[in-house]
Amino acid sequence: MSGRHTITVTVNGRAYTREVAPRLLLADFLREELGLTGTHVGCEHGICGACTVLIDGDSARSCLTLAVQCDGAEVGTIEGLGRVADLGRLQQAFREHHALQCGFCTAGMLITVTDLLAKYPLASEADIREGLSGNLCRCTGYENIVRAVQDLVAAREADPA
Amino acid sequence: MSETQRPKSVGARVQRLEDPRLLAGRGRFTDDHRAPDTLHLAFRRSEEAHARILAIDTATAAAMPGVVAVFTAADLAGEIRPVRAESRMRDYYATEFVALATNKVRYVGEAIAVVAAESRYLAEDAAAEIEVDFESLPPLGDTDAALAEGAALLHEEAASNVIARREFARGEVEEAFFAAPHRVGGRFRMHRKTPAAIENRAYRAEFDPGRGHLTVHSATQVPGLIRDALAEILDLPGSRLRVVAGDVGGGFGGKASLYPEEVVVAALARRLEATVKWTGDRLEDLTTTSQAFDEVVEAELAFDGAGRLLGLTAEVVGDVGAYSIYPWTASLEPVQVISFLPGPYRLPAYRGAVRAVATNKPPMGPYRGVGRPVSVFVMERLIDMAASKLGLDPVEMRRRNLVAADEFPYRAGSGLMWDRSGFHECLEAAVAEIDYAGRRAAQSAGPGADGRLIGIGVASYAELTGIGSRISAAPGMPINTGTETATIQLDSTGAVRAAFGIASHGQGLETTLAQVIADELGVAPDAVEIVQGDSAAVPHGTGTYASRSTVLAGGAAILSARGLRERIVQVAALLFEAAADDVEITDGIVAVAGTDRRMSFRELAKAFYSEMGRLPREVRDELALEVTRVYDPFFGTTTSATHIAVVAVDPETCEVEVLDYAVAEDCGRVINPAIVDGQVHGGVAQGIGAALFEEVRHDADGQCLTGSFVDYVVPSAAEIPAISVTHVESVLPATEGGFRGMGEGGTIGATGAIANAVTDALRPLDIDIMELPVTPERLFRLIQNAKINAKTKERDET
Ligand code: FES
Ligand code: FES
Repeated sequence: MSGRHTITVTVNGRAYTREVAPRLLLADFLREELGLTGTHVGCEHGICGACTVLIDGDSARSCLTLAVQCDGAEVGTIEGLGRVADLGRLQQAFREHHALQCGFCTAGMLITVTDLLAKYPLASEADIREGLSGNLCRCTGYENIVRAVQDLVAAREADPA
Repeated sequence: MSETQRPKSVGARVQRLEDPRLLAGRGRFTDDHRAPDTLHLAFRRSEEAHARILAIDTATAAAMPGVVAVFTAADLAGEIRPVRAESRMRDYYATEFVALATNKVRYVGEAIAVVAAESRYLAEDAAAEIEVDFESLPPLGDTDAALAEGAALLHEEAASNVIARREFARGEVEEAFFAAPHRVGGRFRMHRKTPAAIENRAYRAEFDPGRGHLTVHSATQVPGLIRDALAEILDLPGSRLRVVAGDVGGGFGGKASLYPEEVVVAALARRLEATVKWTGDRLEDLTTTSQAFDEVVEAELAFDGAGRLLGLTAEVVGDVGAYSIYPWTASLEPVQVISFLPGPYRLPAYRGAVRAVATNKPPMGPYRGVGRPVSVFVMERLIDMAASKLGLDPVEMRRRNLVAADEFPYRAGSGLMWDRSGFHECLEAAVAEIDYAGRRAAQSAGPGADGRLIGIGVASYAELTGIGSRISAAPGMPINTGTETATIQLDSTGAVRAAFGIASHGQGLETTLAQVIADELGVAPDAVEIVQGDSAAVPHGTGTYASRSTVLAGGAAILSARGLRERIVQVAALLFEAAADDVEITDGIVAVAGTDRRMSFRELAKAFYSEMGRLPREVRDELALEVTRVYDPFFGTTTSATHIAVVAVDPETCEVEVLDYAVAEDCGRVINPAIVDGQVHGGVAQGIGAALFEEVRHDADGQCLTGSFVDYVVPSAAEIPAISVTHVESVLPATEGGFRGMGEGGTIGATGAIANAVTDALRPLDIDIMELPVTPERLFRLIQNAKINAKTKERDET
């Protein structure tokens, strides 16, 4: 348990070098060490998806990942998707569709949706629901999240940028 | 003018004002705050369900790296004054609120000792090293064990494990049953459920030793109630004690009670003169947050050949766990089950009795719907059983029995009074929305190509929302939950700020209240700053629970905003030297009608507060631009709905898929349709969870078998169907603004709709769903038994 490691992790395009304990979770690294508290922790055992981040372009559970595993990696979090005064496309779609209530699952949802949109056709509502099934939301009943994603899929077809 | 001015914002799908911060990762949840010297707590919890504590050894833990202090109940004896969840109810025993267990533990997970350390990792390391010597006592794993002859007593001073009893009776029940040509009934079982908000419970307290001020940041729904409780427990005046609920990640009732960790965090911040924090993990949530719905209901319904209801009886046993939860009491849910069992129906005779039984499980507390998901499950099953016995369609059965428009106000069998609400209108709207006739026709064509059986389930219900001061939200609770205060001001910069005692935790109240005020005042919603979730905002507040906030805070918002508007108009009239009647306010601009004389709120505020000589000096006092009003609806109002679910049951895999779901509800005037729909969607999803997936299981020794999200199944997007919501505005209720509460209804209706739909699907197998959740395992057993029964019957007949 002893011994600290120096790691460099790029988060939302900015490189951070820190000395960390080997058992430090990536979620705690982001929240405690970097103060990026947009990423939330809901279960710490890989089921709820609240802690989802992008690691080198793939979505991953930051509660099941050690910070030291991310040495040299590129990590993407909710803070990288847009600012309060300048929301990104996904964030706006969620707002327009009322796809969040308490907002606690939202960081993980947005990152998962980023990943899904980048990789999958999401041709049917069932595909979208399947894609979202690794992220629990207790407030919305998923209805409006699905509608927001449908909208984003349509927008992607129209403008595949 | 303008009292009659058409509202612009109320009724519109205004985008939520709280969203940008939440979407950008800039919310402020309790665990988000970072301060360098924070001490982190970890609790040593009991692994025994029922045991005497013989000794606690904290020496090893105290010597571990980063540990600042370790405390047991004995160490905190002087700091934590005892409280109990009092009630004026007869036949009720109030157990003591226990922060850290003293001589006995009563459920697995109960906190025994606490470590304060420099990090959570180190605190948890040390907590694991605290040794506790137990003498095991016989575990009361369920109500049967607790009610058995000679059972051990959970609370010796109570002299019984039954800690509350209540009975409601109306009409001649025996006679009704004696004379009734038909009866249906049976033993219904609903299993334990937990709220499982995605944000776990969390508390952080800061102490300012110089001023003796304690600020508790709490992931709570009820900062006002917690402030009042802590003032008593810590013996502090409210002026030096503030409870703040920042952004809260869902509650559903699970964050509406006082918790041991909350008290310990507050007490230790003061004791250690430091910032102290505890954030629970999911295991702690699943084993220590209040749970619900753990009831057995033996019920019987009498009716005549035309399907008219004649009488209803019910015996309810509620498993309320180890303690009577503060402040709601252990009677809250079980009593609500019998209060609401008669439902929205015309029912001449009723008797409902309930016993709340203490067991070695975590305390039962409020959970979305509070008892009513159980009542609705039972009553709606009974209605369908009766319909089936008479060969009537379930919808027709309801048409014949729902209280009709001309019968309101209607007193239900339990004494509840229903004011006019769209009982029939909701039924018809849901029937139309789901194309009920079409579905039935399709269903009669037989199972689909995949062999799945299709079922359609209907559930109608009524609930009381926005309850005023006439009754407390919990039976006999000596705390007023029926008023709400709003203070609204125009400050010297011209900004509008309105403060409330409610505490939004996902409901979007910052938006809906701003909409209400915007219309009254003549400004845009985003020009109104809503202050809530802070006990310092108003002198008395409780929080957000029991579908109260829109009705109560909405009413207070209207009254206070109207008062402020009047003063602004009068000030403007003086400044313009015009008649008050000619002053109008639009988009934050005050003007004299038909002239070009106009000024902004900012200019008006400057003239009022800062520009000496513009107004007679007494005006600053007489027309002070701050208004406080208290709203008390006194009675509540009736929210009603009908839910219709369509399910497919696979008799091979025993899986139930919800194909379609329609809700038609009457929540009075809708402030923001997007938000109302969202509340219904979320409520239905939790009700589907309760009906099909979610179950807190304990073994006979009281060990929790569902301590993670692997074992406690929260439905995901793949299990929840598209949900359609239809708003029915029958007649607006007498509440200020015409609002009815609607935060819980989604959950209330879903248990009955799903249970009826699954039963309907299984009609070919002659199976009645009497137990929820109907998991694949339960369904498998039901189908096996049905097959055996069918065979026996066949054999007997041949
Ligand atoms: S916190 Fe990582 S999956 Fe739940
Ligand atoms: S919005 Fe609350 S958990 Fe998803």
